[in-house]
Amino acid sequence: MGGIMKFPKIKWHIIVFLAPAVLVYTAIMIFPLFNTLRLALYVEVDQMRVFAGLENFRRLFGDPIWADQFWNSLGNNLWFFVVHMLVQNPIGIALAAILSHPRLRFAALYRSAIFIPTILSFVIVGFAWKLILSPIWGIAPDMLDAVGLKSLYAPWLGKEEYALTTLALISVWQFVGIPLMLIYAALLSIPEEILEAGEVDGITGSSAFWKIKLPLILPSIGIISILTFVGNFNAFDLIYTAQGALAGPNFSTDILGTFMYRTFFGFQLQLGDPHMGSAIATAMFGIILIGICIYLFGIQTRLRRYQF
Amino acid sequence: MKRNLLTMALLGSTVLGSAAAADVTLTIESWRNDDLTLWQDKIIPVFEAANPGIKVKFTPSAPAEYNAVLNAKLDAGSAGDLITCRPFDTSLQLYEAGNLADLSDLGGMANFSDVAKSAWQTDDGSASFCVPMASVIHGFIYNKEAFDEVGVSVPQTEAEFFAALDAFKEDGSYLPMAMGTNDQWEAATMGYQNIGPNYWKGEEGRLALISGEQSLTDEAWVAPYQTLAKWNAYLGDGFEAQTYPDSQNIFTLGRAAIYPAGSWEITGFNAQAEFEMGAFKPPVMNSGDTCYISDHTDIAMGLNAASPNAEAARTFLDWMGTAEFAEIYANALPGFFSLSSHDIPMQDPLAQEFVSWRGECESTIRSTYQILSRGTPNLENDTWNASAQVIKGAETPEDAAARLQAGLATWYAPQQ
Repeated sequence: MGGIMKFPKIKWHIIVFLAPAVLVYTAIMIFPLFNTLRLALYVEVDQMRVFAGLENFRRLFGDPIWADQFWNSLGNNLWFFVVHMLVQNPIGIALAAILSHPRLRFAALYRSAIFIPTILSFVIVGFAWKLILSPIWGIAPDMLDAVGLKSLYAPWLGKEEYALTTLALISVWQFVGIPLMLIYAALLSIPEEILEAGEVDGITGSSAFWKIKLPLILPSIGIISILTFVGNFNAFDLIYTAQGALAGPNFSTDILGTFMYRTFFGFQLQLGDPHMGSAIATAMFGIILIGICIYLFGIQTRLRRYQF
Repeated sequence: MKRNLLTMALLGSTVLGSAAAADVTLTIESWRNDDLTLWQDKIIPVFEAANPGIKVKFTPSAPAEYNAVLNAKLDAGSAGDLITCRPFDTSLQLYEAGNLADLSDLGGMANFSDVAKSAWQTDDGSASFCVPMASVIHGFIYNKEAFDEVGVSVPQTEAEFFAALDAFKEDGSYLPMAMGTNDQWEAATMGYQNIGPNYWKGEEGRLALISGEQSLTDEAWVAPYQTLAKWNAYLGDGFEAQTYPDSQNIFTLGRAAIYPAGSWEITGFNAQAEFEMGAFKPPVMNSGDTCYISDHTDIAMGLNAASPNAEAARTFLDWMGTAEFAEIYANALPGFFSLSSHDIPMQDPLAQEFVSWRGECESTIRSTYQILSRGTPNLENDTWNASAQVIKGAETPEDAAARLQAGLATWYAPQQ
């Protein structure tokens, strides 16, 4: 140092290299996000956009016409998320643990087969499952009939009490590949020495998984949970392709995404209301933000990390 | 005929192609992507041959996205010159926003009745902004072979209608009625709006509802739901998850006897079904009662107020009021009935059957479309939900009607 204060030189190359990403991200993500937040503060009166402060939010939470729909879709969305957390992630972790077993044959084949639905379009997944479960052409009733369990069949997608869970499980089927891949990668990165050290101490088989591997992949499980959370609360496509914008039967599959779409763009004779739609989008943004904050400050900081 | 038109189209395109530099190209926005070939092969060539210098392009988008896509295009200034108009408020809003031009002074408008124009006028009727194209009529399409086989005659009254359904149910070889509630709108549009006009006496009840003299909890408006609730027993297994295309396929495959229909099905059914079909109008309560049918104004064409080719576009719209256009359109799309006052001969027997009811019955339009679906909650969308719930038995007709009435009363002053 020599006691001489050096004026920090501007590192131009950093700015140049960052600029494209920053510009593109600002133009297509940050600007629209803030513009949506701004739009939520206006209402339309006689074809004119008028600033109305929090009026849209007051109606969204205070007027039963809007509030009932909002809480209904939020509740459905929570259930959608719970099903993913209870079914998708444990299955993903279990499959990854099995696949990472060194003596499993055809591991690559299974891995690809399980991952393929993830890259399929929602439209294909929604349509294919609608056909599979269809009471008229579907193979689900026939398959149940073949094993003598026809009485278990119901037109699930058309029943208020089953439709949402059915759709959540379809979504689980589609996306189970994501936790599988992330956990699989995390499991592979666990050094052999640690497992061997455990073996020396007599920890083998399933207790090696519970006592050594699971604590080491906890950070990955955290990441998966937050990805699932964000994905589920932004979900829309599957419900829209399978049940339409009215999210039938009787709004039992209505989640925040479909509620927002219906409000923003309108549906059939219902005219679109971009301002109320933006208010819903803002509420979704807030919910996701709160969820992420809880994770970041409440959970992630307490996760213990190990360095090898 | 088709070949001639095609030749004309080819000739037309070569002739016009040489003069392309001076051509005006008109673009049509539409949700009728099913009609793409009809426009390209039949309508546009005839117009272009008669109007050298004007070229027309038909650029439809998906029906469910049309309103959203169109609004986005209009806002961005990239919408086509001609805009296919949905009936009532969707188009009225476009007109009030200055997106659609006033067409009241267009010569071709004289060829349409006031009822036909009513769906595309301001509330006071002072300005018309779309040229009416077609309406659709509701009724029931039936499988003639199934009726002969089981020995059922075509029902005229409601008692006969349910007797026919019972006969098919007992016989067991045909599903009595093909309809599902998964998509919800079938229950409302082909159910409630189909049979309803006989109960609320068509225009009389519809206008009384708008003026506030009747309410949705009145007998005339609850009774159709009570009838719909009885349909439950005649639908297929798992109808709760049966979609609209499922219903269409079940019927055209010959598995069902009766299909609650709109006349727009005719083209598709003619192509799919291998048995002879007939149609009967919504059954009346007692034989000899006046019958009412839903003859719903469905589609029209307007002029984008920002179009740089307004002159050419008006020429096209004017031509849409001629008998020539009406004849091509009505015969190429049996089931979409011309709204013009020209007397158009129609070839399709099923379409003839439907359109013949206009002479026997009083016509009305769907009850929820004019004015009543302007607010939140939206009466039309709620009617979809209520009809599906009632058919499934998840809600009683009285509860459903009370819910709709309460929703309407929250924003519609005459019903408060």
